[in-house]
Amino acid sequence: MSDAAYRIEPMDAAASRSTPPTADFVAAPVMPDILPPAKIRRGVARFIYRYPNMAVGGALLFIMLCAAIFAPWLGTVDPTEIATSRRTRFPSATNWLGTDMLGRDIYSRVLYGARVSLIVGFSVAVLASIAGLTIGLVSGMVRRADGVIMRVMDGMMSIPPILLAIALMALTRGSVQNVVIAITIAEIPRVARLVRGVVLSLREQPYVDAAIASGTTTPMIILRHILPNTLAPMSVQATYICASAMIVEAILSFIGAGIPPITPSWGNIMAEGRSLWQVKIYIVLFPAAFLSVTVLAVNLLGDGLRDALDPRMAKRL
Amino acid sequence: MNAHPDLRQAESARPILEVNDLKKHYALPGGLFGKARGYVYAVDGVSFEIMRGETLALVGESGCGKSTVGKAILQLFDLTSGQVVLDGKRIDDLSKGALRPLRQRMQVVFQDPFSSLNPRMKVKDILAEPIRNFGLAKSNAELDKKLGDLMERVGLPRDAINRWPHEFSGGQRQRIGIARALAAEPDLIICDEAVSALDVSVKAQIVNLLQDLQAELGLALLFISHDLAIVEHMTHRVAVMYLGKIVEMAGKTQLFSSPQHPYTRALLSAVPVPDPETKRQRILLTGDVPSPVNPPKGCRFNTRCPYVFDRCRTEEPLLQSTASGHFAACHLHDGPASENPMR
Repeated sequence: MSDAAYRIEPMDAAASRSTPPTADFVAAPVMPDILPPAKIRRGVARFIYRYPNMAVGGALLFIMLCAAIFAPWLGTVDPTEIATSRRTRFPSATNWLGTDMLGRDIYSRVLYGARVSLIVGFSVAVLASIAGLTIGLVSGMVRRADGVIMRVMDGMMSIPPILLAIALMALTRGSVQNVVIAITIAEIPRVARLVRGVVLSLREQPYVDAAIASGTTTPMIILRHILPNTLAPMSVQATYICASAMIVEAILSFIGAGIPPITPSWGNIMAEGRSLWQVKIYIVLFPAAFLSVTVLAVNLLGDGLRDALDPRMAKRL
Repeated sequence: MNAHPDLRQAESARPILEVNDLKKHYALPGGLFGKARGYVYAVDGVSFEIMRGETLALVGESGCGKSTVGKAILQLFDLTSGQVVLDGKRIDDLSKGALRPLRQRMQVVFQDPFSSLNPRMKVKDILAEPIRNFGLAKSNAELDKKLGDLMERVGLPRDAINRWPHEFSGGQRQRIGIARALAAEPDLIICDEAVSALDVSVKAQIVNLLQDLQAELGLALLFISHDLAIVEHMTHRVAVMYLGKIVEMAGKTQLFSSPQHPYTRALLSAVPVPDPETKRQRILLTGDVPSPVNPPKGCRFNTRCPYVFDRCRTEEPLLQSTASGHFAACHLHDGPASENPMR
């Protein structure tokens, strides 16, 4: 029995043990089972071990998403509320990240600003992917159209997104929608080129020839054999586009050609704190830090996706 | 052009596949305004027939156009000229839609077992694709039964059908490739270097599997290969290709015992003999294979042939009969037999 006392037993076995411990041995109190089952824990651990980039990037992005969605319940105040008596305060217990020159709470502004960045990032990634995928597929499959389409894409690529956004803003007015459109137009050719290249190499694959020989029609070839094999490299590209869209949005807002100043966005906050940055560096520092971390998270996720989706690694998808 | 009328013993024995003067020239891009800068004469006038249940091997070194012939028969691209006749019906001038139902009769097994299966499809879906396309199963139950039978036929467990291609080894994947070809219930299977990528023991298994299937199902095989040992083991007739042309075609024993073309001789002398004591006479060819962009005039082999004479440089030899069922394209056979080094 004394031997058994030193044996490490699984928690479940310890809990269900019916024989009381011997007198000279004080058993540890039975702990409540708060951890998820061992199987799930092992699965999560293996995922983190295998794809550390994806795990870290995904976790950071998840935190950022939660912060943006649940901003009103995270101790924030109205991010547009002006308090002239509390201008340019240092970070304190009342204003966690300080206040700007109009007395607005920077913590609240940064959290609400995350919404703009994430919305712009995701919308651009999704829209540019859908449009680029369609254009790339047509270009790769219809050889006649290829030359014309790719020259148009080259033309689009030469439009600087910042100038386009300024032009759109001059035509209409600054809005999230216009920022998304401007960045998307500039990003579509990237996806289209990538998809076209992948499609061109996929259609030479023996399994595509075999499918043609098995009487599969061209639409079904695209749907069954080409599209699924295009999605992996495209989704990796989409994450990078998401990251770069967030940066471009911040740049546009910073130079005043993006989100209207009414709406807090990281670019806006930085732009407003620009003139004070030598004395009140925290006004610029915090939105910049949030932007950096978010972009880093998205890029890490993209790297992780690229590694995980690499067919050479022959892992089950 | 029908080069070998005496191969047909009787009209009733109609070949399953006939290829007449097949040509495939690829344009070299880079000319002004998208014009071709020249052409790669990948296949330049190839004719042969395959009877039902027969294996014809197409051999030759890399780049001689043997795989292009296979793909041309499958109509994976448009021909430059020539005819492909499947069971008496010309198929090279058909529209895509008209051709599709006929594709069921000829299937293909590719060289690389890794790129010939879609990595995002389960084995079940890979094998079901031809069956569904050609409507070969009337119900789902029949489909499932067919899929299981196919797996068994190629020596894989029935329940492996729900797995992904990457869960199999190279040899197993090649079996899946063969099962996919069989799924369409074809009359002809084109094996494009189907065993070249496999290691020796697996190669033997796959060759035996193909032979068994041929015996059971009466399949005709076009066996494209550069491995003469395997060709000698499993084919009935052999066609030797050099630079886009057939230089010699004969029954297997005839070709291996008395080759009638200098190139075939050189090729056969390069086959390793598994006996270190054997002294064999190697014929070493000098130089490289000429580029198919600019093939030599006259006989295409004249730059490397040990018996070359003037006529070879000006006049292209035709494939002609040298013995019953034995054809060679060489001018040596036109001269007196006493002066013919091939005899």
